[in-house]
Amino acid sequence: MQYLFSVIHDSNELATPSEMAAIDAFNDRLVADGHWVFAGGLGGPDTATVIDNRGEQAVFTDGPFLESKEYLAGFWVIEAPDLDVALKLATEGSTHCNRKIEVRPFLGA
Amino acid sequence: MSATEVRAAITQAHHEEWARVLAALASRFGDLDIAEEAAAEAFTTAVRRWAADGEPPNPGAWLTTTATRKAIDRIRRENKRAAKQTEAQMLYEHDDPPEPPDEGSIDDERLRLIFICCHPALSIETRVALTLRMVGGLTVTEIAHAFLVQETAMGQRITRAKAKIKMARVPFRVPAAEDLPGRVSAVLAVLYLVFNDGYLATGPNTGPVRHELTTEAIRLTRLVRALMPDDGEVAGLLALMLLIESRRNARVSASGELVPLDEQERAAWDMALIAEGHQLVRERLASGVAPGRYQILAAINAVHTSARRGRETDWSQVVALYDQLVRIDLSPIVVLNRAIAIAELDGPEVALATIDRLEDRLADYHAFHASRADLLRRLGRARESRAAYDKAIELAGNTAETTYLTRRRDELT
Repeated sequence: MQYLFSVIHDSNELATPSEMAAIDAFNDRLVADGHWVFAGGLGGPDTATVIDNRGEQAVFTDGPFLESKEYLAGFWVIEAPDLDVALKLATEGSTHCNRKIEVRPFLGA
Repeated sequence: MSATEVRAAITQAHHEEWARVLAALASRFGDLDIAEEAAAEAFTTAVRRWAADGEPPNPGAWLTTTATRKAIDRIRRENKRAAKQTEAQMLYEHDDPPEPPDEGSIDDERLRLIFICCHPALSIETRVALTLRMVGGLTVTEIAHAFLVQETAMGQRITRAKAKIKMARVPFRVPAAEDLPGRVSAVLAVLYLVFNDGYLATGPNTGPVRHELTTEAIRLTRLVRALMPDDGEVAGLLALMLLIESRRNARVSASGELVPLDEQERAAWDMALIAEGHQLVRERLASGVAPGRYQILAAINAVHTSARRGRETDWSQVVALYDQLVRIDLSPIVVLNRAIAIAELDGPEVALATIDRLEDRLADYHAFHASRADLLRRLGRARESRAAYDKAIELAGNTAETTYLTRRRDELT
């Protein structure tokens, strides 16, 4: 079973060196314990482009699809047997990256 | 069997077996929705079959077997519709190696069901609704009615919860020992909320007490106690509920007005519930383990229910227990209740000084204003007392309480 951990942030500040070190250590543990699938940090919402090609012509919009104070700053895709394990990892992850984390299951196992 | 006998047998079986049947199915099929539907169908079938064939010798086993067949039928039907969906997928729980039962806890399927319904990933309102439906066996209509919510909204809340549990894969198991205290306290919070929603029912067209909720909360807490007999806080919560419930007939007058503790007709208290509550409190005291919040609250209620008359209440004991409670529960409401006890020991002036300091945090809480009003009245400060009563009446949602506060205000001279 895979879960998406969305890292929610509300300022433009990037992770500090100590936060980065904590995230690296957490990632190493995810790998060692077999939870690691993929992870990454994202450029800020200002760097986003939205493409809508449902009509006749593709429309490009500068900026994120949703303007909000809080935004997606990064993510993990993790492997866990159930939500309790996923929530426990997310709880640790939130401490390590010093951000809020939203946990959502992937559809279909 | 006569129709009356069948109805009585079904009602009893529903009370005793619903949670067991549903938990057995949820455990086997790993799907609350299937378990709920099949359990309900089994009870419907029982109405018809028991009338014709008589009550089976083991109603619980009969219901579980019938419900299991219904569930398998449904899975077969759905598998035909969606051929890709294999039975193995529905039974994913069985892919996992069996968890060893935790020390000190009984790995009963009903207990796992309770933990799933009170899972921290669900909102508190959802936990309450799900627990009453899945463990208590109340219908969606009954739950909606109890919480003054539209039936469709309540139905959706429960459906969404079942979908989340399934899709996010909330596990059907008793939490690991290290997580157990937190998870147990989440369960107890749900049960206490159900009890309080019955005990302090609010709403202009609502009776002052909803006995169906207090009774159900006690029944469920008894079940949790039977499943976790060694947990002190479970015992404490049960004792607390029993000791509050024991005063139920004395607490609201014939005219629907709240009767404060010291004015209650003690002969109307339920001595059997009091004896049971006191026994639990004594057991916890004898255990020598430091008590948690519910155990201390139960002990406070035990002091109240030990006094033959209101004025014989051992207030120094009550204050000592609140002192203990303040150390583990920082809620301003605890400070408020402690101050009310202090008033009996050191006088209203001392208590009022403490209560006034809580204004920032409790300005929207009716009991804060009601307590102030009472203390100001005792101090002869009628004008300020009237203003406090006005505020309390404005904020109180319980009809018996409003009636009582209004009379007290109107008696001020």
